[in-house]
Amino acid sequence: MKPSGHRRGASLFRIQGTLAPRPRAILWVLSFLVPLLAWSAVSYVPWIWHPLVEVSEPGDVRWFTPGMRVDEQAFDRANALVAKNAGTLAVGTPANPVFLPAPHEVARALFTSFATPPRLSEEMWLHESLLHSMRTIALGFLISSLIGIPLGIACGAIPAMARLSEPFLEFFRYLPAPAFGALCVAVLGINDAPKIAIIFIGTFFQQVLVVANTVRRVEPSLIEAAQTLGAPPRHQLLRVVVPASIADLYTDQRVLLGWAWTYLVVAELIGTSSGITYFINLQAKYRAYDNVMAAILIIGVVGLGSDLVLAWIGRRLFPWRKDAKPGLGALFRRRSGKPVVLEGAA
Amino acid sequence: MTDRPAPALPVADEATAARLDRMRGREKVLEVKSLGKTFESSQGPVEALRDVSFSVHRREFLCIVGASGCGKSTLVRLLAGLEESTSGEILVDGRPVDGPGRDRGMVFQGYTLFPWLTVVRNVAFGLEMSGMGRGAADSEAREWIDLVGLRGFEDNYPHQLSGGMKQRVAIARSLAARPRVLLMDEPFGALDAQTRAQMQSHLLQIWKNVDITIVFITHDLDEAVYLSDRILVLDPRPGRVREHLEVPVPRPRSFEQIVSSAFQGTRARLDHLIHPPQPVHDIERIPMVRFTVVGDEVE
Repeated sequence: MKPSGHRRGASLFRIQGTLAPRPRAILWVLSFLVPLLAWSAVSYVPWIWHPLVEVSEPGDVRWFTPGMRVDEQAFDRANALVAKNAGTLAVGTPANPVFLPAPHEVARALFTSFATPPRLSEEMWLHESLLHSMRTIALGFLISSLIGIPLGIACGAIPAMARLSEPFLEFFRYLPAPAFGALCVAVLGINDAPKIAIIFIGTFFQQVLVVANTVRRVEPSLIEAAQTLGAPPRHQLLRVVVPASIADLYTDQRVLLGWAWTYLVVAELIGTSSGITYFINLQAKYRAYDNVMAAILIIGVVGLGSDLVLAWIGRRLFPWRKDAKPGLGALFRRRSGKPVVLEGAA
Repeated sequence: MTDRPAPALPVADEATAARLDRMRGREKVLEVKSLGKTFESSQGPVEALRDVSFSVHRREFLCIVGASGCGKSTLVRLLAGLEESTSGEILVDGRPVDGPGRDRGMVFQGYTLFPWLTVVRNVAFGLEMSGMGRGAADSEAREWIDLVGLRGFEDNYPHQLSGGMKQRVAIARSLAARPRVLLMDEPFGALDAQTRAQMQSHLLQIWKNVDITIVFITHDLDEAVYLSDRILVLDPRPGRVREHLEVPVPRPRSFEQIVSSAFQGTRARLDHLIHPPQPVHDIERIPMVRFTVVGDEVE
């Protein structure tokens, strides 16, 4: 082996190493492919797991019906009994429990769950459930942000504000949001309001503290520089503290939005269950676990998708960042930057 | 400590003496009267500055030098109004200083440009703070950018600039706010030697073209002699004024003067004041493992 080839292989997992675009893309695909392959292996390779037998021909076993899944030992015992009486043996294939559908079943369910009308007229289509869930999250997160971000900025910038509000917020954020479910229903009724309130409670307290911490990391010398340039406190806040932290605050909101998603299912169970959670519970009741898995996957896809979109926007929103990409940033400046000649003008 | 006296300051030539005379005749822009600063720490109070008094005349270039820990930075932060003094007072044009203000610009050692603003927006910041509209502020900012030699970089962001260029922008940004005094806290400390030398001559050029009084903190004695009219030497722990000395080197300054007797004499005196000769230890007595035999050749 060439020494250079050996070094390249080793460098892929080097501590704090950098990744070229190709390995980056390959690893991204692998991170999804590996779990998918594991799932496929468990689903399609008969000797991996498969603790049950799916009956295809009941034979003379009276309590068997085609399509029934029984424990492997129970299947053997029943067949042994039939064999003793010289009856027809039941035939079956190794199978997994019904709650672990194979990838292709879930993929089919993904398609059909969007394409099939609901079984009862008052039930919702999957996409309607999904939109309802997204609306709940958006409203909860929006209300939280409208109060939480300004309060967090105030806490981060003004120590007295932090001292006044943070000890209580620190205490309150340990109270689990779902615990307020009953209270929210009592106060806000059984429809969407208590669900939005749970998302709010789950997000708000973290949000204020996270925003405050980010704002506290603003370089003090930037504020001092503004002071020596004659900036009054209002401008120190609005024209230094806020822009200095806004790019990091944007990233914080992406993380917080992810947390809001984790509160979604609990929130939707409160009062009358609704949205994607209602769909999941209903399908579980019908024992349509392929639909359940499909719905769970959809939550993941929508969550990851929205984060990727926000990341993409973020790289274009703050043109002063080193990793900035041109695009939306052009909206915020009047003229584009000229090519840089670093040492030239010295 | 030995009693060897400090080398005497060289005598200024006639033209330089006359220039320094004229400088002393100008009005005092900055007056510092028995300034003291004590910090409260967990180990009790720490006295950083004691009874510091001096004044700076209009258009003067004053350097403050001293060993590390002599309170140079504390002093300049007090002058800027970023810290409150424990005793004494600071007057700018006869008015006492109370907090930071536009009359005292500051250039910091670290880069304190606003990363989210382009060069022209950075320089226009102080102008806008004084109530100027955006358009007027931008066009005036462009003139200041020209002055520091950065035409063509108006629309770049700070992270696209080299260290020296960033400090030029910082100087332009401070000057644009039209301060009476420009305070500079080791502004070239983070630059490499070559850029540093360029920035020193550049600063003198700017100082010549703009009606500004400069108070410049440095620990680099060559830099102090090269730049200033007068040097304030501080003693450490607590910081006190050791000596004022007027630099007898003629202006305009150039790097060729470094070898002149006026320059070297001033440099030698400063060096003696800041690093008084220590008694020589008997090095031979110090027990030390011999690590090398090859190294024996180096001395």
